[in-house]
Amino acid sequence: MLAVENLHSGYGRIQALHGVDVHVGQGEIVTLIGANGAGKTTLLMTICGKPRASAGRVLLDGQDITQRPMHEIARLGLAHSPEGRRIFARMSVLENLQMGAVVADPRHFADDLDRVLTLFPRLKERLTQRGGTLSGGEQQMLAIGRALMSRPRVLLLDEPSLGLAPLVVRHIFQLIEQINRDQGVTVFLVEQNAYHALKLAHRGYVMVNGRVTLSGSGAELLENKEIRAHYLEGGVIEQ
Amino acid sequence: MEYFLQQLINGITLGAIYGLIAIGYTMVYGIIGMINFAHGEIYMLGAFISLIAYLITTTIGGGSVAIGLLVALAVTMVFTALWGWAVERIAYRPLRGAPKLAPLISAIGMSIVLQNFTQISQGARVKPLPPVIKGGVTLMQSEHFTVSLSYLQIAIVLLTVALMAAFTWVITRTPLGRAQRATEQDMKMAALLGVNVDRVVSTTFVIGAALAAVAGLMVTLYYGVIDFYIGFLAGIKAFTAAVLGGIGSLPGAMLGGLLIGLIEALWSGYFSIEYKDVAAFSILVLVLLFRPTGLLGRPEVEKI
Repeated sequence: MLAVENLHSGYGRIQALHGVDVHVGQGEIVTLIGANGAGKTTLLMTICGKPRASAGRVLLDGQDITQRPMHEIARLGLAHSPEGRRIFARMSVLENLQMGAVVADPRHFADDLDRVLTLFPRLKERLTQRGGTLSGGEQQMLAIGRALMSRPRVLLLDEPSLGLAPLVVRHIFQLIEQINRDQGVTVFLVEQNAYHALKLAHRGYVMVNGRVTLSGSGAELLENKEIRAHYLEGGVIEQ
Repeated sequence: MEYFLQQLINGITLGAIYGLIAIGYTMVYGIIGMINFAHGEIYMLGAFISLIAYLITTTIGGGSVAIGLLVALAVTMVFTALWGWAVERIAYRPLRGAPKLAPLISAIGMSIVLQNFTQISQGARVKPLPPVIKGGVTLMQSEHFTVSLSYLQIAIVLLTVALMAAFTWVITRTPLGRAQRATEQDMKMAALLGVNVDRVVSTTFVIGAALAAVAGLMVTLYYGVIDFYIGFLAGIKAFTAAVLGGIGSLPGAMLGGLLIGLIEALWSGYFSIEYKDVAAFSILVLVLLFRPTGLLGRPEVEKI
C-alpha cells in the first residue's frame, strides 16, 4: 500500500536518510523504531513531501507521490499525526477536528465526528475548549482524532507516546490497535517506545543513522538480542 | 464640550479609515510574519482607482452619485485586490523560506515601485474631487460652536462597521477563516492536513487589499484630494495602529486604528495640528514600553 524505495532526504547539506526501503501492506500495523536522530521523523515528513526526497521514490497504491505538493498528498488518503502533536493551540477542539476534515467530503462530517468522539470520549467533553489548554494525553488523542477525520487509508503516527504517563501510553496504543482492527486503517507507527510498538505491530523496522538495519515481525524483533540490548532495557520491566 | 464632541466625531471617522488599513498589516503579519511595507501603497492605489472609477462612471452613467459610488466601490475593491495579489505573487512568494529580512527589503522596494509608477502614470500633482456626499446633521448648537455630523462621516463609520463585522464573521465562522487561522498558527501542519497554504496566503493579501481599497475610496471622498504620496504616512499610521492594538490581533487592529484616529483628532483640536503625528507615535512608544505585545496582543508563551 505504502512503499518507500531507496529514499534519500535531508536538510540542506545534511543528509538524514541514506537509501531507506520500507513497505507497509494493506491493513497492517508496521512500526519503525530507532534512537533519537536516527531519521524516523525525517522519513515520515519526506513521505508527506517536506523535506523533498533527493533520490528514491514514495509509492502510495503504486502511484508515485514523491514530487507531489504537501497539501495534495493529504487528499490521496494519507494522514499524519506528527511529532510534537502540532495541535492548533488557539483553536477549539472542534475546530481542530474540522481542520482534519479539510480534504474530506463535508457530507461525511457528522458521521466522522461521531466516530472520532466515540473513540475518544474525552474530546467530547472538551469540544469548545482551546487545543492549547488540553493535557498532553488529550492533545495526543486530538492529534490522532484530527488525522482520522480525513478518512485516511494510511495513518502515519510519529511518537504518539512521547511525554505521556505509562498508563496513558497503554491507552493510546490500545486505541491505535482498535483503529486498525475496527476501521481497517493501515498504520505506520514511528516510536522510541520499542517494547509497546513491537508488541502492537505486525512487522517492524529498525533504523540507525538514516538506514534500515533490521526488519522482521514484531515478535521476532522483540526476541532479537541486539534490539533487547539497545532498545528494550528497562522497557521489558513494563508489562 | 461641543468642541470635544466634534473632535470625537472626526477622530472616530479617521480611526475607522486607519482601522481598515491596519487589518491588512496585522493579517499579513499573522500569517507570514512579515510587515508588508507596500500595504500603504496598496491603499494609495485604491484611492486613485476609486477616483478614476468614480469619474468614469459618473461621466458615462449620467452623473448619478449613488450609482457612481457603488460602482466605484466595487471596481476599486476588485482592482486593488488584484494589485495586492500580484504584489504577493511577485515580491514575496519567491522569498518564502528566505531569511526574514529579504521579504522586508522586497516590500520596501515594492512600495517605491508602486509610488513611482503612480507618480509617472498619474502625474505628480494632487488630484482633487469636489465634495460628492454633501450635507449633514447638526447635533448640538451653542453661541460659538456648532457640532455637525456629515452624512459622509456617517457613511464611513457605518460602512467600516459593516465591513469589520463581515470580515470577523468570515475569519471566525467560515472554513476559509478556519484555514486562515490554522495556517497562521502552524503553516506546515495546515499543509499536512491538505490546506493549500499558498492559496490561503494569497487570499489574505486579497482581503487586506480590498479593505485598504475601501479606505482609499473613503479618503478620496473625505479629504477631496489625493496624490501619489498619501500611502506613506497613512501606511505608517495604520502600521502604528496595528502594533498599538497588538500585531497579529484583528480586534487589536480595529481598536488601534480607532485610538490613533482619536489621538490625532483630539491632539490637533486642543494642542497643535503640526504635532499630531508626533502625538500618535509617542503614544505608541509609551504603550510598547509597558505592554510590548500591544493592547490586545497575546504574550508569546503558550502551553505546548
